[in-house]
Amino acid sequence: MKMRYLAVFLVFFSLSDAVPAQERMSVQVREGQLREQPSFLGRVAATVEYGDRVSIRETRGPWKMVSIDDKGGWIHESALTSKRVVLQAGDEDVGPVADREELALAGKGFSREVEEEFRAANRDLDFSRVDQMEREWGVSVEEVSRFLREGGLNGGNK
Amino acid sequence: MQHLRNFVIPAFILLAAVAMHGCQTLTEVGSEIGVGTGVLTREEADAIQRSAEDINPEQEYYIGRAVAATILSRYEPYMDSDATRYVNMVGQAVAMASDLPETFRGYRFLILDSDEINAFAAPGGFVFVTRGLLRLCSNEDELAAVLAHEVGHVQHQHGLRAIRQGRLTTAFTILAMAGAREYGRDELRQLTQAFEGSIQDITHTLMTSGYSRRLEREADIAAVTIMKRLGYNPSALIHMLEAMDRNLEPGRRDFAATHPPPSERIRDIRRVIGDPGKPVAPEVRQARFHEALGGVIR
Repeated sequence: MKMRYLAVFLVFFSLSDAVPAQERMSVQVREGQLREQPSFLGRVAATVEYGDRVSIRETRGPWKMVSIDDKGGWIHESALTSKRVVLQAGDEDVGPVADREELALAGKGFSREVEEEFRAANRDLDFSRVDQMEREWGVSVEEVSRFLREGGLNGGNK
Repeated sequence: MQHLRNFVIPAFILLAAVAMHGCQTLTEVGSEIGVGTGVLTREEADAIQRSAEDINPEQEYYIGRAVAATILSRYEPYMDSDATRYVNMVGQAVAMASDLPETFRGYRFLILDSDEINAFAAPGGFVFVTRGLLRLCSNEDELAAVLAHEVGHVQHQHGLRAIRQGRLTTAFTILAMAGAREYGRDELRQLTQAFEGSIQDITHTLMTSGYSRRLEREADIAAVTIMKRLGYNPSALIHMLEAMDRNLEPGRRDFAATHPPPSERIRDIRRVIGDPGKPVAPEVRQARFHEALGGVIR
């Protein structure tokens, strides 16, 4: 009987996941900027794309100094995930039961494909206005930087 | 007595195991038991444990686009490029100073041509503010306060939290079962239904029922943090709420219907920032505010 209690205890205890040291992370935004300083006002040294796997060299507050291939720079932690982002549909590494703690499937779940189905069923919704909002109202970091400076404001996220 | 022991000892061991497990929730423990007893498949158990926090930024972006399309089917955008550009400039500055400066494709801000006093934040960073609300702003700091509050909702993913768990369980189950292979017709239909339901849940919360006072407080605290980081006067949020308190009409379809009374929020915010004082906007900020929004707030 005691052995059975011990077994129950061990089964639950084994459910704990050891947290490995995070040395590599993936870009989880469509395009990320690597900056020369840990600030949005730092000059952009290079760009990274959704799914790129970067190595973490240093952490300062919410900023990570990362490198990939011959590129390097600072990127805000909200652009990164500890999961590996799988971009290719049919990737052989992803079985029917992917290790969901480790993988993020790009283009799956609520995706462009689902949006198209949703739009076909809701033709009264005008997505062209959303496209226009995305296309026309972006402002560059340089413009925001100048705007902040002229207004006597700080860079914000450091 | 023996019967009692048979119950109490395993229960004690179970609780001890859960306690040692630290972060594991009862839902997680229950799901594991479900798998162990064969009631649930591994995929179903994992899907049940998934919540809004597990929605990745790409999925959040597509949810946000559909919520934004729904908002723009009920409100006309205000077509003034100088004003919209200025609102985006303040909005981007505010977003950059938040704890979630990076979303899948970035933040965008739009003015709605409506006299209602209202603002909405769709997941992923699509933020809308009505002309009626802009008219209550008397300077850039107050505009920043309004936008910072909305960015606070995005930062804390409040929109996603409005989605019913059943819809997320459906989506995550299909995601787990299908892996990276192409969806079958039936899977795509179920996913689209869960998506459509999710959009309804969020838009109903944004436009009709509103967030809880706790979530509004979270957004207010985020706004104060953002304002301080940028150097805007955080008390502008209080002045904005006081202006709203004077102008909201109970029973109308606007901020009053979906938000706690401004007086309650002001009390909470004062606790965070202390004595507000009168915000003093530097001349350059005041000048560009009036130049850009003069036509909007007229």
